[in-house]
Amino acid sequence: MTLGFITWLLVFQLLGEVISKGLDLPLPGPVVGMALLFLGLVVRGELPDGLKDTAGGLLKHLSLLFVPAGVGVMMHLHLLKDEWQAISAALVVSTVFTIAVSALVMVGLSRLFGNDAKGGDVSDG
Amino acid sequence: MDDGLYQIWVYLSTTPLLGLTVTLVAYQTGMWIYTRAGLHPLLNPVLIAVVLLVGLLMVTGTDYRTYFDGAQFVHFMLGPATVALAVPLYQQFQKVRRSFALILVAVLSGSTTAALSAIGVAWALGASRETLLSLAPKSVTAPIAMGIAEATGGVPSLTAVLVILTGILGAVLGTWTLNALRIKDWRARGLAMGTASHGIGTARALQVNEIAGAFASLAMGLNGLATAILLPLILGLIF
Repeated sequence: MTLGFITWLLVFQLLGEVISKGLDLPLPGPVVGMALLFLGLVVRGELPDGLKDTAGGLLKHLSLLFVPAGVGVMMHLHLLKDEWQAISAALVVSTVFTIAVSALVMVGLSRLFGNDAKGGDVSDG
Repeated sequence: MDDGLYQIWVYLSTTPLLGLTVTLVAYQTGMWIYTRAGLHPLLNPVLIAVVLLVGLLMVTGTDYRTYFDGAQFVHFMLGPATVALAVPLYQQFQKVRRSFALILVAVLSGSTTAALSAIGVAWALGASRETLLSLAPKSVTAPIAMGIAEATGGVPSLTAVLVILTGILGAVLGTWTLNALRIKDWRARGLAMGTASHGIGTARALQVNEIAGAFASLAMGLNGLATAILLPLILGLIF
């Protein structure tokens, strides 16, 4: 992880916050920052090694980073307790539906446009 | 002796050091159990860490604010980490440029299905508005989902827990659902896992097949962006 690339991530986050607040977008600032960085990389056409390493280092423990916020659920345990049936049903149904719809749409579109599974589009980077 | 220990506790409980340390210890305990259990999705390390920490705070009578004073140093890194998600998104994007339009349409349909079906089912079963708004972004990776919940009036910490539960459900039910539908295309299988259950689904897809893993990772990033943009519009129509 280099300091320079950490700084870049913070600069993009800051830009994202400024744009999000400035234009009164309902988008979180860091997400706008992520979109900007993605567009920047597409325009630039290559990924600097240092950025790759820095991002990799941060994302390696991404799940640690939302533990503190997750613990905050202790202040909303009443919602989980009172509404657990609605919540569990919604989670199960919605997860199965989402998997089914996205997979079926992907398979359907691939067939429609003759871009079939065979051939492994993944390797033609 | 007891009095001495109590004095130390009084001192430590007011410094950020304790909150930070217990967060790292709880997470590593979660990781240790998860690794020991052969990466079984039901023993999700974050869920274990959250359960341990909530238990600890309740037993010691510590309020969440006091804990968060220390844990905020970890929490702060969520912002830069969210920005950093652009890097894997770009790497996967480069690999699949040719079929990017198809992927985008599939992810958008998944994104809409996730939000609408969750809101619909929970609403039909009488869930409160707070719960509905917290449920809506649950298929998105946690850092983005919490940001969305905050921007749309949900409860970010409830969203974080619902996101993890969704990830676990996707990892457990995904293979079964995809087999029942006879979907053999690894691209579609991975894409579905990443769209419906973010990082946890992606980890599961990677365990099974490399192509599925790549598509899951791409779908996870795209779904984060798509939901952040679409959900405020969808919620504006419903509420």
